[in-house]
Amino acid sequence: MMQFMLLFSRQGKLRLQKWYAAHQDKMKKKITRELVTLVLSRKPKMCSFLEWKDLKIVYKRYASLYFCCAIEPEDNELLTLEVIHRYVELLDKYFGSVCELDIIFNFEKAYFMLDELLLGGEVQETSKKNVLKAIAAQDLLQEEETPQGFFEDHGLG
Amino acid sequence: MPTVKGDGMRGLAVFISDIRNCKSKEAEIKRINKELANIRSKFKGDKTLDGYQKKKYVCKLLFIFLLGHDIDFGHMEAVNLLSSNRYTEKQIGYLFISVLIGANNDLMKLVIQAIRNDLAGRNPIHITLALQCVANIGSREMAEGLSVDIPKLLVSGDTIDSVKQSAALTLLRLLRSSPDSIPMGEWMSRIIHLLNDQHMGVVTAAASLIENLVKKNPEEYKGCVSLAVSRLSRIVTSSYTDLQDYTYYFVPAPWLSVKLLRLLQNYPPPEDPAVKTRLSECLETILNKAQEPPKSKKVQHSNAKNAVLFEAINLIIHMDSDPNLLVRACNQLGQFLQHRETNLRYLALESMCLLATSEFSHEAVKKHQETVITALKTERDVSVRQRAVDLLYAMCDRTNAEEIVGEMLEYLESADYSIREEMVLKVAILAEKYAVDYTWYVDVILNLIRIAGDYVSEEVWYRVIQIVINRDDVQGYAAKTVFEALQAPACHENMVKVGGYILGEFGNLIAGDPRSGSAVQFQLLHSKYHLCSPATRGLLLSAYIKFINLFPEIKHIIQDVLRSDNNMRNADVELQQRSIEYLQLSSITTADVLATVLEEMPPFPERESSILAKLKKKKPSSVPEGSEQKETTASKIPAVQMSNNVDIAPPTSINLMSQADELVSFSEAPPPSVFTFDSGPAPSAGGQSITLQGFDVGESSTDDFVDQGSPQGGSASVDLLGLGSPTQPTAPSVGSGGLLDMFDTLTSHSSAPATNGIDLGGLSGGAEEAFRKFICKNNGVLFENDLLQIGVKSEYREDLGRLWVFYGNKTTFQLNAFLVDVSTPGNLSESLSIQQKPVGGEVEAGAQVKQQFNMACVQEFAEAPVMTIQFLYSGAQQKISLKLPVVLNKYITPAEMDANTFFTRWKALNSPSQECQQIIKATSPIDHEQVKAKLIGFSVSVLEKVDPNAENFVSAGILYTRNQQVGILLRLEPNKQAQMYRLTVRASRDKVAKILCDLMQTQL
Repeated sequence: MMQFMLLFSRQGKLRLQKWYAAHQDKMKKKITRELVTLVLSRKPKMCSFLEWKDLKIVYKRYASLYFCCAIEPEDNELLTLEVIHRYVELLDKYFGSVCELDIIFNFEKAYFMLDELLLGGEVQETSKKNVLKAIAAQDLLQEEETPQGFFEDHGLG
Repeated sequence: MPTVKGDGMRGLAVFISDIRNCKSKEAEIKRINKELANIRSKFKGDKTLDGYQKKKYVCKLLFIFLLGHDIDFGHMEAVNLLSSNRYTEKQIGYLFISVLIGANNDLMKLVIQAIRNDLAGRNPIHITLALQCVANIGSREMAEGLSVDIPKLLVSGDTIDSVKQSAALTLLRLLRSSPDSIPMGEWMSRIIHLLNDQHMGVVTAAASLIENLVKKNPEEYKGCVSLAVSRLSRIVTSSYTDLQDYTYYFVPAPWLSVKLLRLLQNYPPPEDPAVKTRLSECLETILNKAQEPPKSKKVQHSNAKNAVLFEAINLIIHMDSDPNLLVRACNQLGQFLQHRETNLRYLALESMCLLATSEFSHEAVKKHQETVITALKTERDVSVRQRAVDLLYAMCDRTNAEEIVGEMLEYLESADYSIREEMVLKVAILAEKYAVDYTWYVDVILNLIRIAGDYVSEEVWYRVIQIVINRDDVQGYAAKTVFEALQAPACHENMVKVGGYILGEFGNLIAGDPRSGSAVQFQLLHSKYHLCSPATRGLLLSAYIKFINLFPEIKHIIQDVLRSDNNMRNADVELQQRSIEYLQLSSITTADVLATVLEEMPPFPERESSILAKLKKKKPSSVPEGSEQKETTASKIPAVQMSNNVDIAPPTSINLMSQADELVSFSEAPPPSVFTFDSGPAPSAGGQSITLQGFDVGESSTDDFVDQGSPQGGSASVDLLGLGSPTQPTAPSVGSGGLLDMFDTLTSHSSAPATNGIDLGGLSGGAEEAFRKFICKNNGVLFENDLLQIGVKSEYREDLGRLWVFYGNKTTFQLNAFLVDVSTPGNLSESLSIQQKPVGGEVEAGAQVKQQFNMACVQEFAEAPVMTIQFLYSGAQQKISLKLPVVLNKYITPAEMDANTFFTRWKALNSPSQECQQIIKATSPIDHEQVKAKLIGFSVSVLEKVDPNAENFVSAGILYTRNQQVGILLRLEPNKQAQMYRLTVRASRDKVAKILCDLMQTQL
């Protein structure tokens, strides 16, 4: 089972965090700090896996973003790399060549998409088509609803 | 500003932009505080907010939280969003709840209500949202509140696939967080059939849930094995186009394949030959595919393919039954060892560690030794080098130990600091395990101290001393080598410690050579004295007093040192005391007394290497259980046995009283006795002082100085016991236990009301058989009829035992006037003291009450106490008489020994009254493993490699009674053809052998 997933930038800014096991907020911050430092200090050609406490860390860098997952000892490291890749593919497909800014400005979408791919720390749906279909269905529902806040946001409300 | 997807929230985007444009942390905080104030006023304001506005503000709060700021309001607004009919509002509400509401929040009841409403609704997209929220939070309250709804969704026929997927994983989450809140139901029997589902996504999700259920109860879900194998088989034989979108970079359904392969690792190889063959074919196909040219150059293709391959190899290792597959797996991993991908090299090293522990593939792994050594030297990533160290450790055996240890020592000089300590432990263990020649072992350890002294933990140098003490063939060499090592101008303090100890014990062995004469040895040690910590100095002082005994000619030099202000008036009270006491000891005692006090240390009892224990604690995963057992039996060191307490420091060899006049008594004391099975009373048990080599240690201030640094404080006296009286190999348990205290109070009123002479014929039906069941086990059901079930649990430690009886009322009525009486037939009360806790007068319908008995064994006994249970059931008096399952063998503690010791002791117990032999007809077919289990249940050890005939059993134990300890030796020789056993028991006290023989006989 995946314990958590962190997305952070090369500067160490946390962009997304998903915790599949319960921790206190303080603990979450501590773990995040520790792992961000650990992963950022590694050199490019190094192995993508490392032991950390009694978990395994699997990480990969895409452009300016690091995707970092903690899995349990019996979990499969290589396949976790591909969970990350599938997630990146989904974001890419949805946003159209995704960049860090997309995730910053549409963080809620990034969360929704992750919930479709992984649930409770386990892979739920690996078909790209099915996940995108589910997200598209959500967007469709959005468009049916009148964007009634539109005027207010422009100071016309 | 990039485009906002969907209809987005412009206000939110503006806010995010603002934050990003902040030049400083202060500006950011200012902007956030402004926003928080704004949102707070909106939420508090009179104007009712519409859904969109609520959604926008809640989303802003979420963003602020994710930036790392605390959010203490807005929860209520988020909960309100949950009941919105608009999907996007609901969605943001759920997201906020998932991220921000802890399990214990007051609003949880409202949240659960909203979730229940969504689950009950017909809209699958709302159901999914609700399920995702449950999976994200997974609190106990949710598990309790939704334990019926979610399983129903999972197996109901009209649930759509995507909802089923979410339901499976949500249920899994709840089972993990609060397993006892989910009622087992009809859904469980249907769950494994989801492996046959048409929809691959459903199977993928369900496989994880099934694995969790299987882990808890493999037997119940055994049916999933054949289902999983056939599903796997269909996947691996499919072409990559068959599975459409479930094919990932030309690899068919890698996620599902891995989950199925993992599921199968919870079971032994399939019993059904057809299933077994099919599984073997799958595994072979996966191995074959690894050899095919890649269908794509993309790393995703090779990762997915190899992910399946590694999981298949894990399964092959888990089944550990097919040599062909194991060797193929090993060859495949061998190729990966030289792969250009670091990730693959890392994983190959890791998997090979497991393969090295299988007897089928151990040799195949060894072929790659050179490659692994190269990896150790050339890999640029320390985590990969770490794996190489692990693998070298795992593949090491007698044949390659010298080379591997040599390489590891060489690498240690330049190794990363982060892995040094572990490497030191590993080198020390390998050197000990595979030492053919103990001079080599001593060299290795001294080299370790030289190269990486700072990383050599106490366990390592304690161990080298234990081994040198126990093996007289290496003592001279050890003294010579350590003497040479100490010549180095700068040597590590650990070297000084080892040197001090070994020269103090065995310096005389090298004193013949004028270059290492007594005075030279002393000067050498003393030249280090001033550079050492107080602990080491204390050890050196002990070495000095031993020198006085070994080398009377330098007595005056040493006395001068002891007398110097630097020692006698040292600020450190321990050093001061040692100096004064040792000086006194050397001045007022005769040479004979001195020689007896400073007698060479007796051998340490054999036990598990404390280093191994340390490594296990440090890295449980790196010491695979199986391998270790295998290696231990192969080890030359006899019977490195498991023991509860392993941190044994070598004591500073003398442990004496402060007052010299008390020493007088010991000159009449017998010389240190080696364990014999004499029937004389064993060293004072139970007293507060401990007998060591014939004289009292009492309050030990000087004793075991070294141990102060050991991690297990307070174990000092226990260690001494283990050393001083080798009669008690498992002595450590003595000191720990409320049991002792309990029995102190017990003695005062141990004469429980005893109504002797109960008619044994009056026992309830089946009582005798039920009683016999407990001879080799401690827990179980003692009695059962329509009214009552009586269960027993018990535990024993040496001469003390505790037994709980559970009375379960099976009826729907209260049992009244419930009374339990225990009587001791004959003179049992003199041999066994029983204390019984009271039990209540009623037992409610369907309830269970527990009663505790404490029983101390005073001396051997053959009879069992009789328990009479009386109660009123709907007005009628009921009476049940049972034998309480307390038998003599429960008070035995297993003992380990090697063949030599065993036979010496066996021969010593040669009087007819000490032996009992019986020929027994086997009641069931003779099965080696079953008999072994019986013997272990009988509380004796099963000694390997003692009897040349592997079919025979040889066992030993110590019977603890309050009066004395009795050595027990047992031989059991099965004759399979005749279906007979010959059982021989010898014991150091009369009658004991007969009683034990009679008990054991009923079990065969």
